[in-house]
Amino acid sequence: MALSQAAGHKGADSRLKKFFPVRKGTVIPGFGLSMGVTVTMLSLIVLIPLFSVFLTLSGSTFSDFWRVVTDKQTVATYRVSLSCAAIAAVVNAFFGILLAWILTRYQFPLRRVLDGLIELPFALPTSVAGISLTTMYSDKGWIGRWFDRIGVKISYTTTGIVIAMIFIGIPFVVRSIQPVLEKLNPQYEEAALTLGASRSRIFRKVVLPEILPAALTGFGLAFARGIGEYGSVVFIAGNIPYQTQITPLIIMNKLEQFNYFAATSIALVMVVFAFLLLFGINSLQARINKIARG
Amino acid sequence: MKQKITKGALILVGVAFLIVMLVLPLATVLIYALRQGWAAFFSAVTDVYAVKALQLTLLTTAITVIVNTVFGIFAAWTISKFRFRGKQALTTLIDIPFSISPVIAGLVFILVFGRIGWANPLLEALDLKIVFAVPGIVLATIFVTFPFVSRELIPMMQAQGSDEEEAAALMGAKGFTIFRRITFPHIKWALLYGVILCTARSLGEFGAVSVVSGHLRGKTNTLPLHVEILFNEFHLTAAFAVSSILVLIAVVILILRNIVEYRVKREER
Repeated sequence: MALSQAAGHKGADSRLKKFFPVRKGTVIPGFGLSMGVTVTMLSLIVLIPLFSVFLTLSGSTFSDFWRVVTDKQTVATYRVSLSCAAIAAVVNAFFGILLAWILTRYQFPLRRVLDGLIELPFALPTSVAGISLTTMYSDKGWIGRWFDRIGVKISYTTTGIVIAMIFIGIPFVVRSIQPVLEKLNPQYEEAALTLGASRSRIFRKVVLPEILPAALTGFGLAFARGIGEYGSVVFIAGNIPYQTQITPLIIMNKLEQFNYFAATSIALVMVVFAFLLLFGINSLQARINKIARG
Repeated sequence: MKQKITKGALILVGVAFLIVMLVLPLATVLIYALRQGWAAFFSAVTDVYAVKALQLTLLTTAITVIVNTVFGIFAAWTISKFRFRGKQALTTLIDIPFSISPVIAGLVFILVFGRIGWANPLLEALDLKIVFAVPGIVLATIFVTFPFVSRELIPMMQAQGSDEEEAAALMGAKGFTIFRRITFPHIKWALLYGVILCTARSLGEFGAVSVVSGHLRGKTNTLPLHVEILFNEFHLTAAFAVSSILVLIAVVILILRNIVEYRVKREER
């Protein structure tokens, strides 16, 4: 594919420029080749497979689709997935701001190590995280045991799902805020301090408005990840219908029953929701930036 | 004084959170892996199916990283060195795999190549098997990690501008020479950073692979899937022993990531 593009890339250049007009004349070569490779790979690996979702659903009526995606058990999974992911994202937003703050503003032993550890949820395979959390928080595990004594079960309940989603979402908020805090000049805080503002007031009035858009991005990413997450949640969830069944899991169950239509329909609902979420966060962010600029 | 108490309290809460949420799960894996002694540990990690699973995981990761690196370089070159209509749309399309559940990433390949897939008649005619076989696992992993390299390169190359490349082109350098001599030295650390992130995710991908794998031991079982099987069969020690290999790789990746990130930051300055 790449070779044939390379051979014909002079001709492809002019033809491609009709589709994607290059605005300013550039002398850098390889527009046709690199655009060709990019679009071809993107189509083969992402766009065409994704388009199959619509192709699969095109043969059936909207009422069939609606019946499947509003099925009682399926709606229960939306409720579990959304509420757990929302709680986890709120917890992560709080601890994310706190962690970003102490990691950029304070010096303490092992700070570098803890800073490097933040990305662990990205580096650790999700199934490993899943079995580890499940074992820790089961009624015989070394944290779950203490909660079991006061009658609180964590593994195989929604509490467990929330914990797994917190684990997977930690890096998003911290890493969104950290660069903003690093760039934020402490002189504004010092100015507020000399004007007699209290520490908490400085944080609310000076620091928080600066980091809010980044925190929102991190919140949105953590929320989206929580909704879609499978590996780390599936073990601790226990998969009890109407109680601890998450949406990715019901898609999996429908696939195992060879019910491709239902699996694809529910998948479409998830994809649409993920896009709406990202779109909503983006426009909210644009609004905040507009207010900040005045 | 009051300020010091606040600082101490904030650090304490933050560190406690990290220990409970990140350090304890890691420690759990290692402790359970060695719970029944070294002999049980070694028999679990040298088990023939575990070794086969590790081989498949490494093969998948190698192919994924190569494909995504090639794509990442071409995509970053297109987006950062040229101005064209639809650039924003192209960037958004490349980022799609980020916002899609891994289970759906696996599902779409079943819809293409599976029994009901539109490409299935062609596959049957050619006697090829993609889903529930190794090619499906590789494809799903590539899908999930598709934007990893390009996303690191694009901002870096946009910040560099294209003045140097234009000068080289005006002096008659060919495209590949420009990339090798001018662009590559600027982006090599960012590229390595993207490759590391891509490697980490490919090694550990579970959801997408789980959908297309078919779970045949010794054939289409990757290491993360092997962990799942062992755990569900109540072979706790074996599951954690195999996991500890993945933990070890994860820790090495984290250390590399930090070193490379430091170099990227220095390069940006």
